[in-house]
Amino acid sequence: MAASKHDSDSNGDADDVRRGVVVMHDVREEIDRLQDTVLVAVADAGFDEASTFAVRLALEEAVANAFRHGNSEDPSKTVTVHYEVSPHRIDLAVEDEGPGFDPGAVPDPTEDANLEIPSGRGIMLMRAYMTSVEIVAPGNRIEMVFRRD
Amino acid sequence: MNPASNGLQITEQDGVSRVDFVERNILDEANIQQIGEAIGALVDASSRPRLLICFENVEHLSSAALGALITVNTKVKARDGQLRLSNIRPQILEVFRITRLDRLFEIHSTAEEAMATFG
Repeated sequence: MAASKHDSDSNGDADDVRRGVVVMHDVREEIDRLQDTVLVAVADAGFDEASTFAVRLALEEAVANAFRHGNSEDPSKTVTVHYEVSPHRIDLAVEDEGPGFDPGAVPDPTEDANLEIPSGRGIMLMRAYMTSVEIVAPGNRIEMVFRRD
Repeated sequence: MNPASNGLQITEQDGVSRVDFVERNILDEANIQQIGEAIGALVDASSRPRLLICFENVEHLSSAALGALITVNTKVKARDGQLRLSNIRPQILEVFRITRLDRLFEIHSTAEEAMATFG
């Protein structure tokens, strides 16, 4: 299986923006490498530890959903992550090769009746930790923004 | 003391099985599944299991890990057992709070506090 592809443009922009594209298979080492790449950029841009925690969690949830639900755990399918880190905001886009889904069909995991269901918390956590989350129709792309206060 | 396996350290104290995580990150789904199975086997081994899960070393976890904990909780309840969580760092505790899972689990600041609550 091919290793993940990383294309990046770092430190070449007057605004100190670091951006890149990573194409991954569902391999832990590739996901860890993505996380390391993004989180180093986040830390270098001066975001604090709480911000790093938030971005790591949201990105982990988005990528896990993309592999598990979007790609239906097909090992031949990839997930593509676009990232752009600037001093005041972090933009992430996670795209799978699946048909998409209806976010409205996901039950609220915080309702009492759903509290003991093991799954279904990924989107909720992304929305809680990122400034904005948009699920782009037909649902196989999630765009998230984290803005520094 | 059982040797660490699946990133878990399991000890027995006063009739309570205590689980500590060796890894700082509980993110990998395959590993989470193994953890869930290992703890599940621990629960199945006792008629009325008493289980303490300590998160002292845990810095990051995913919703898959929360799901595994919920499944363990369901197993423990089905066997009329008791489950406590302890030593959860503030950032991780916030994840439990946001998901309202702080209402599902009995969470204590320290293992000692948790141990005192087992009946």
